[in-house]
Amino acid sequence: MSKQNLTDYKDTLFRVITFGAAMVVLVVIVGIFVSLVEQSLPAIRKFGFFHFITTPIWDPVHEVFGAASSLYGTIVTTVLAMAIAIPVSIGIAIFMTELCPNFLKGAMGTAIELLAAIPSIIYGMWGLFTLAPIMGNTVEPFLQHTIGKIPYLGSLFSGTPLGIDILTASTVLSIMIIPFMASIARDTFMLTPQVLRESAYGIGATRWEVIRNVVLPYSKGGVFGGMVIAMGRALGETMAVAFVLGNKHQIAHSLLDASATITVTLANEFTEADSNMYMASLFYLALILFVMSFLTLAAAKFILKERSAP
Amino acid sequence: MNLKNIFLSLLFIATSLTLTAGDTINGAGATFPYPVYSAWAFNYYRATGVKLNYQSIGSGGGVRQIKNRTVDFGASDAPVKPAELKAGNFLQFPAIIGGVVPVVNVKGLKAGQLKLTGEALADIFLGEIKKWNDPRIEAINRGLTLPDSEITVVHRSDGSGTTAIFSTYLSVCSGDWSRKVGKGKSVNWPVGIGGKGNEGVANYVKRVNNSIGYVEFAYAKQSKMTYVKLKNKSGRFVEPSFEAFKDAAAGAKWNPDTGYYLWLVDAPGDGSWPIAGASFILLGKEKPGVNRRVVKFFEWAFKNGDATAEKLIYVPLPKLLKSSIQDYWKKNGID
Repeated sequence: MSKQNLTDYKDTLFRVITFGAAMVVLVVIVGIFVSLVEQSLPAIRKFGFFHFITTPIWDPVHEVFGAASSLYGTIVTTVLAMAIAIPVSIGIAIFMTELCPNFLKGAMGTAIELLAAIPSIIYGMWGLFTLAPIMGNTVEPFLQHTIGKIPYLGSLFSGTPLGIDILTASTVLSIMIIPFMASIARDTFMLTPQVLRESAYGIGATRWEVIRNVVLPYSKGGVFGGMVIAMGRALGETMAVAFVLGNKHQIAHSLLDASATITVTLANEFTEADSNMYMASLFYLALILFVMSFLTLAAAKFILKERSAP
Repeated sequence: MNLKNIFLSLLFIATSLTLTAGDTINGAGATFPYPVYSAWAFNYYRATGVKLNYQSIGSGGGVRQIKNRTVDFGASDAPVKPAELKAGNFLQFPAIIGGVVPVVNVKGLKAGQLKLTGEALADIFLGEIKKWNDPRIEAINRGLTLPDSEITVVHRSDGSGTTAIFSTYLSVCSGDWSRKVGKGKSVNWPVGIGGKGNEGVANYVKRVNNSIGYVEFAYAKQSKMTYVKLKNKSGRFVEPSFEAFKDAAAGAKWNPDTGYYLWLVDAPGDGSWPIAGASFILLGKEKPGVNRRVVKFFEWAFKNGDATAEKLIYVPLPKLLKSSIQDYWKKNGID
């Protein structure tokens, strides 16, 4: 074999190996999707799609299953967690890039990264044993006595505050996703060219004006991307909320009611699901979550692409 | 290292692997008996050198694994129905007994002061009895002052054998419960808040005033919770204790022909605690060689493991039941 041939041969080999490695991802995703569909087929056949996602009943004894309550809980906790986390994490990012004294920067950056590295089960245990009593004994009664008195809005805080509810779960979730959003926002803020900032300051803009009119518009895309990644995480987060949400299958009107998310239902019920229809319905829930997460990320990619296009 | 050395060490690894495989019993299933099975396994290993590897993946998983014969035995907190035993070609026998205890948090009430009947308990969990001073509760507790406060019901949020035993008991005691809710490892609770695991329920009951929940006997005992007395089938009010559970197990009609299929609720006997349950072992009928090794372990545990079990607050099987199980093994070609 000539030297030239050998190089060609190595090239081909290298290409095949890397191609194989890349294919693993696709094969795994398609494999998961196919097995989810296969496992949930009995439930899909029995309950259909629209009927399944609109039925709020989850009754394992009589084998009547519907995803509405879990879907509702998933969406409400995620939206609420995002509502808490977005302002806080953008605040963190602005402080760290624009206002933070240098000696604090390193320490704060590490603290945020550490927060992101805590396993979610620890958030769950902390939520159950520490946060839930604080919410139930102090925060929620306070909210009831203040916002709770306002007509219409007040009904969001009705009921007995026990600390095991949507509000506590969303708070835990928001604490979990803040580090992601904050560090991505910080990194994109830092990408704003120094020249732009200096020019703005040069023509007499205040700090606020620089942040508002230069840094934020420049990094919109990145911040948005960070939000979507954080939302994907909130949608699929399991252990952090499994302990503090109560796994109650109901469409709760008050933020102080227990609820269930898809992941909480799976974590609580998968191990002991004994009938076939029960298993199939749990797989069906998992399939819906899989598709939801997929669509969220796809939509985000699409929007980002649109925005970055000239 | 030369080739010969590598070869020898490979050979050594291979043989030690096969040796461990031959000397290990693999089981999977229920989480409830996990502490006692692993304590027995530890002692059994010290006595015989045979390892038992038990994975507490949940009863549902245990049944599925033994169905596929990927483990040597499966374990389930709920007995598998005789028809399913036949379909899966299983042998089934109980190995350990546990129970469920209703616990309350009402100011001024001490453990064992409050008395309840099965019907009253079902009505509370149905949300029909809403306050502690409801006439239906006061009628049972003459002389006890109960507060005019709403009852908060606490139940399990995760599927569990504890819920299966508890809801079976309520179904036996109350037609309403049986019609509206039924029995199962997770049910559609009409009222209340859900806690994950015994620790979750115990945590809520301790924190929330005027609450009632149900936990495993061991959990109630260890965390010194305010348990209630329950009326048993003979009409007596009993406290949850080792004796009360043993009485329940001894009074029950265990039948080897149905694979000991039995819910140990509302069992006859003057001293019986009415909410108990056995945890079961499942074997593949067609594998006598494997079964012999599994059965040897349980035979050893039945003989030497009672003290260990009681230390962990599990209730050992009564003597008569143990010898019936040994006959059952023999009858099925394992001894």
